[in-house]
Amino acid sequence: MIRFVINRFVYMILTLAAVSMVAFVLIQLPPGDFADSYANKRQQAGAPIKVEELDEIRRRLGIDKPWYIQYGKWISNMVLEGDMGYSWEWRRPVSDLIAERLPLTLLLAFSTLILMYGLAIPIGIYSAVRQYSVTDHIFSTVGYVGLAIPNFLLALILMYLGQQWFGQSVGGLFSPEYQDAPWSWPRVVNLAEHLWVPVVVLGTAGTAYLIRTIRASTLDELDKMYVMAARAGGLSPIRLLLKYPVRMALNPIVATLGWRLTYVISGAPIVGVVMSLPDTGPLFLHALLNQDMYLAGGMVLIYCAFTIIGTFISDLLLVLLDPRIRMEGQA
Amino acid sequence: MTTTVQAIALRKGRLRRPEVATQWQLMWWKYKKHHMALVGMTMLAVLVFSAVFAEFLSPVVPSERNNKYLASGPMGIHFFDAEWNFHPRPFVYARTTKRDPVTLRKLSVIDETKFWPIQFFVRGSAYKFWGLIDTDIHLIAAEGGFVHLFGTDNLGRDVFTRTLHATRVSLSVGLVGVAFAFILGAIIGGIAGYFGGMIDNLIMRLIEFIRSVPTLPLWLALSATLPREWTSFQVYLAITFILALIGWTHLARTVRSKLLALREEDFTLAARLSGCTDMRIILRHLLPSFMSYMIVDVTIAFPEILLAETSLSFLGLGLRDPVESWGVLLYAAQNVRSIAHMPWLLIPGLFVVLAVLAFNFVGDGMRDAADPYSK
Repeated sequence: MIRFVINRFVYMILTLAAVSMVAFVLIQLPPGDFADSYANKRQQAGAPIKVEELDEIRRRLGIDKPWYIQYGKWISNMVLEGDMGYSWEWRRPVSDLIAERLPLTLLLAFSTLILMYGLAIPIGIYSAVRQYSVTDHIFSTVGYVGLAIPNFLLALILMYLGQQWFGQSVGGLFSPEYQDAPWSWPRVVNLAEHLWVPVVVLGTAGTAYLIRTIRASTLDELDKMYVMAARAGGLSPIRLLLKYPVRMALNPIVATLGWRLTYVISGAPIVGVVMSLPDTGPLFLHALLNQDMYLAGGMVLIYCAFTIIGTFISDLLLVLLDPRIRMEGQA
Repeated sequence: MTTTVQAIALRKGRLRRPEVATQWQLMWWKYKKHHMALVGMTMLAVLVFSAVFAEFLSPVVPSERNNKYLASGPMGIHFFDAEWNFHPRPFVYARTTKRDPVTLRKLSVIDETKFWPIQFFVRGSAYKFWGLIDTDIHLIAAEGGFVHLFGTDNLGRDVFTRTLHATRVSLSVGLVGVAFAFILGAIIGGIAGYFGGMIDNLIMRLIEFIRSVPTLPLWLALSATLPREWTSFQVYLAITFILALIGWTHLARTVRSKLLALREEDFTLAARLSGCTDMRIILRHLLPSFMSYMIVDVTIAFPEILLAETSLSFLGLGLRDPVESWGVLLYAAQNVRSIAHMPWLLIPGLFVVLAVLAFNFVGDGMRDAADPYSK
């Protein structure tokens, strides 16, 4: 078991390294560097920039050096000092910008995960036990539609309905009066009132998918001989269901927890943009549209890092849940 | 032995040919049992039909602007007028333009006293069908006026026409993207499954890596790096390739696992013992066995690519005007204010949902049909 954990840990570190390379390649990829696009902007604004000034920017950003030195500098600054580079667009350090908005993204992601699993596990098991019942069909239909609606469309529709029916804007995470207020209990309540919309938007497709998986894997288990044996032995139906088939059926669900997290993190930026949440989404899109690549690359790295750590945690959970993996390598 | 006897009997006409169902027939029978799969197939057929004949089916050409009907809603086709009199020829109510006395904006008002009858196969704006044939015949038009089934956008362009043309682009992005993904997946998965060992291990780690990375941010970041001065066709190709670049992993896994499993099957051994070459074994015995699984995977990959393209274009990082895709059309509906004024701009979104639903239905049916021998 310890070997398995070490194995996964080493793999996680390697993946993180690989992701940081990808993020760095992304930073380097746009033709022309930041200095060029900045010069371009100044040109358009009618205040052309001087060549010396351009060189100064290049020197300060270190973009006159070869790429491996830049990568080495970038990664060592990040690991050692938590410095992720400088966003010229915002004229602030990237790490500050991200740190400001990341908590909300994480809050959103975890609320969504909790909602997804909290809804999907009972519904999935119920649909499997009552296969082809009316409720099963209703959930299947809702699930199909939930899978087919793009996140942003669902967000748009909910916002439209919210405006038509309640006459309030459902965008953002706070009402105007709480926007800049210090943290207090009413502000938390206000946040919760706003948070459910993006959580529903983000969670719908994932929940639909999870329900289908749980339903299918529970159905597989229900047909097995040991279930029949236990039933013949006189175990009460509920106890039997929860103790054996459900426990088995949960394995693939836990194993893919990392992918679910990936999925939620992946959808978060677009929902953030559409609903104009004060999270990392709009920041990310803005950075991309302006090719502010240090910020964009840093965000890609952060998004990836969270999903990779999530995968690692789901691996650990699987070890706790499934004795077969715990025993691996011991025999 | 029996086969020889049967063959002789058949030749002499004494025995009726035994009913033999081919693999594909078995699959089709199994597929037919899924009602939703059949519904999905019909929906797809309609979508493909409207994509293929987009120019003919639409009343105008996409770039045409109707200054008399700016940012106005869908026009319903009626058979009954306000007094419930039946008209054998369907019609739309006439529209007149007025100026709002306060804002001085042009407004379009329904005139219920005048009808514009619908005509079929009408000569209208000239276009090149499939870029080949010069013609000007459109399926419908309103005599004496205009008809906008899905309303118009800010510039007075017909949303119905643009949606049909967007259907063509969106479906083709899916098709080309899936084709790229199919080729990549088949080759890489094939290499992993065929060589096994170290190479297999490396490729599987790579796939695991790609799947653990959040795709949308990566897609967004990649498409943001495309040079701004590229033509819309170059962007189109690049975007499809970017989508395929991340979508091939499922296919590669399928190919690999099927190859590995089938390598151990008795019939492969039998083929090898009877002296078949590796190439013949792969093409004649292995490929047909997992072809159906690959088709299933393609059907599942299609809606993913479709959704990804729509999301990218919606954010303004994918395809751009003048190329029209569903996502590009939805770009106009980006904020609540414009939706509140013109909810019909969301209609292209309905098409996205329908297309994805159809593909999911078909995919489910195919998944069961792919193995017609299971119960």
